[in-house]
Amino acid sequence: MSAGPILEVEDLRVHFRIGGGMFGRGDRILKAVDGVSFRLGAGETLGLVGESGCGKSTLGRAVLRLLPLAKGRVLWLGQDLGALDTEALRRQRRSMQIVFQDPLAALNPRMTAGEIIAEPLRTFEPEQGAAATRERVKAMMGKVGLLPQQINRYPHEFSGGQCQRIGIARAMITRPKLIVCDEPVSALDVSIQAQIVNLLMELQAEYGLALIFISHNLAIVRHVSHRIMVLYLGRVAELATREQLYRNPRHPYTQALISAVPLPDPDLERGRRRLVLKGDLPSPLDPPSGCAFRTRCPKATAICARETPPLLPIAAGHEVACHHWNE
Amino acid sequence: MGALLEVERLDVRFATPEGEVSAVNDVGFSIAEGEMLGIVGESGAGKSQIFMALMGLLARNGRASGSVRFRGSEMLGLEPAALNRIRGARLSMIFQDPMTSLNPYLTVERQLTEVLVTHRAMSRREARREAVAMLESVQIPEAGRRIDLYPHEFSGGMRQRAMIAMALLCRPELLIADEPTTALDVTIQAQILELIRKLGETSHTAVALITHDLGVIAGLCDRVIVMYAGRIVETGPVRDIFRNPQHPYTAGLLASMPRLDIAEGRRLQTIAGQPPNLQRLPPGCAFNDRCPHAFARCVAERPLLTPVGAGRSKACHLERL
Amino acid sequence: MTEAALRATPTTEFEGRSLWADARRRFARNRAAMASLVIVLLVTVACILAPWISPHPYDAVDWDRMLAPPDWQAGYYFGTDANGRDLFVRTLYGGQVSLSIAAVATLVSLAIGVIWGAVAGFVGGRIDAAMMRIVDILYALPFVFFVILLTVIFTRNFLLMYVAIGAVSWLDMARIVRGQTLSLKRKEFVEAAEAGGVSRFNILRRHIIPNTLGPVVIYMTLTIPQVILIESFVSFLGLGVQEPSASWGTMINEGANVMEIAPWALLYPATVLVATLIALNFVGDGLRDALDPKDR
Repeated sequence: MSAGPILEVEDLRVHFRIGGGMFGRGDRILKAVDGVSFRLGAGETLGLVGESGCGKSTLGRAVLRLLPLAKGRVLWLGQDLGALDTEALRRQRRSMQIVFQDPLAALNPRMTAGEIIAEPLRTFEPEQGAAATRERVKAMMGKVGLLPQQINRYPHEFSGGQCQRIGIARAMITRPKLIVCDEPVSALDVSIQAQIVNLLMELQAEYGLALIFISHNLAIVRHVSHRIMVLYLGRVAELATREQLYRNPRHPYTQALISAVPLPDPDLERGRRRLVLKGDLPSPLDPPSGCAFRTRCPKATAICARETPPLLPIAAGHEVACHHWNE
Repeated sequence: MGALLEVERLDVRFATPEGEVSAVNDVGFSIAEGEMLGIVGESGAGKSQIFMALMGLLARNGRASGSVRFRGSEMLGLEPAALNRIRGARLSMIFQDPMTSLNPYLTVERQLTEVLVTHRAMSRREARREAVAMLESVQIPEAGRRIDLYPHEFSGGMRQRAMIAMALLCRPELLIADEPTTALDVTIQAQILELIRKLGETSHTAVALITHDLGVIAGLCDRVIVMYAGRIVETGPVRDIFRNPQHPYTAGLLASMPRLDIAEGRRLQTIAGQPPNLQRLPPGCAFNDRCPHAFARCVAERPLLTPVGAGRSKACHLERL
Repeated sequence: MTEAALRATPTTEFEGRSLWADARRRFARNRAAMASLVIVLLVTVACILAPWISPHPYDAVDWDRMLAPPDWQAGYYFGTDANGRDLFVRTLYGGQVSLSIAAVATLVSLAIGVIWGAVAGFVGGRIDAAMMRIVDILYALPFVFFVILLTVIFTRNFLLMYVAIGAVSWLDMARIVRGQTLSLKRKEFVEAAEAGGVSRFNILRRHIIPNTLGPVVIYMTLTIPQVILIESFVSFLGLGVQEPSASWGTMINEGANVMEIAPWALLYPATVLVATLIALNFVGDGLRDALDPKDR
């Protein structure tokens, strides 16, 4: 982790207009991301966790400006991405990439592995000759654990784990400074997940990559992340370093998430007192007043319905949005 | 306790344009009354196909042979009518995606009461009362009102609970749960697992839990079967398997999981290579191309499932791991 | 982690098997479709080579043989019509007309329909709405009236058939491609290309259009019989091809008039038309089976 942040996100909001009649009447606003701020240093991994529908994938895409922002700023290397025109933004994309959840769906079925991995090079370095491009593609394939001889194969001829390696090679080929990993291992078999996690961590160590690692698997997030942000209905519930978050979670939602993870140890797992949350995630179209988590929270009191808890620093690098964090 | 379900030498094969594929090979095990059995494996392990075969739900190009006895009577090859008297009533199955077993065009009420009316000859009104009570017991709030909704009006967790309620309506002796929590968030997964645990404790229903998640097995099951490429590679009591795995594949699976109960920052161990391709399995032991301990005999000869201690067996040429 | 694989494999590059190659293999295994393809190709080649195959010109009148039955010695394989012209060569010439109309419809729907639909679907918003309203308006024109109107305004001219068919044949294609594009646009590989800085034009060209081609090809083979039928129908009404030219439609019309005294004048052209249409439909079905991803 170096001195200055490479990415600064301030009060980011992403809103979707949902359904309704013609001409926008009766539309409802879904606040998928509602005022999120954070910084990311070079070579750092920020884990994003939360249940499905909490806005973690939306946040990841909004940071890359793949979605329009309703409000807020994304400063990439000091430059406001929101102020860039289409062409200038397109040029910035070589330094920020994304890896997707479904490895096969993320690859064009009509292109060979080589063509897929080479596409960013063709886009950003069209002056490179075909032979030079091919050599770089092969070198990158070796780097991510693919056989360079498989360069002419098509995605459907690879297994899921190999397809994810192709996706990672495509993201890495322009030597980006940031990769957003959107559930990169959750579609893979258990024995393959570890391979991909190790690969991402090796690449990070070698190239000083920053990662935004989105996952619902708290064990994997703990393994890869330096800092972790817990999202609930588009807002930050807790933001802390890995050690703080897992040893001393202060938000009841974080505590519930951690206690819900099953441990692969029969004795520990059976001896454990588990904090099982009641009910489901409320509809993001109609979030509860005050603290959005209060409907499922074991500690909720009257104030939680009245006032939205602000995100407060409670220790160095540890912020919590809860009225009762200290109980 | 007698055996509830006995599976012997079960084979499941599928005819494909590229030739015959063996999804399940020579699988045998039994489930005792009230027992919780976990079946672990990755894609291509054949874990689901075992139960699809005994429920008579194999795809059209699939064929099962061997023997599956439920309370002593053979289930394979039964006429659909005879099979229907068992499945749904004494043997129920829940799936990963609840939407596949809930009909989107019928209210939850219709689907729940139908089972009771056909299998337990209840009147509609009795059936409705029973169904509401069952939904309440799986913790669906306001069950009396929610029962008249359609499945898509339920959230994912509620749908899964409704499906469990449906599976339990006829008080089955065996519940087969095929990846019941894979599509759910951890918080909802915890709720569902809690529910299944209570089920075993209170109603003495036997459960066969099929999953790829060892964590789920650890908390719930008495005994574990580990499968790889259509065969059982290791089986035994859950504590022994987790404390002291004897097959390299089981050991590899356990070591490759990041876990919250171990200090962070360790590099994950991996199992090399790719999940097995059933059409191109290596000769000998199917795991030999990914096994760190493989030696000449593993390629020459397929290891048989042999006992290695109390209630345990493994299919591996290594004496000890 | 791939040491084992590295040890076992040679260093030469593997050849990949593209989805198209897979589809070709599957198609080649489908005997009905392959036989049909051969029939279509034979008919096409025969029609193109018509002047060299038959000893008789298509408009030469043989005064000794009016409505003569087939006579292989004299080279009248299908017999003659009421004007003593060789039906065999006229069937082939008729095929030229029918197949050229099929070719026009194909080219127009590929050139305009695919691009129109892809652009509308990909750009979206108001441009999409405007482009698709144009399609709707053209759709709303009743086709046969459209042709009658054109023939009334411009006098009877066979070229009008091409204009009319060209004007409508791309509409369905545009709709199909637009629908495909809308679903492709949400696929992750398109998002990946966008995140990778690929320009919108290149996303359309490399990622969207190639992935719509499966349904396009299938739809194509199903349109061709339709277009041939439309031409036959319009010509049967007397609005299409002019004497002494012939199309399958006009020949069936004339044959129907004399069907009681000279059944061959109806039977042969009708058989060729029906055989071609059935074969094209089989080819279309075969392609659908070969390209359908659900089968994979």
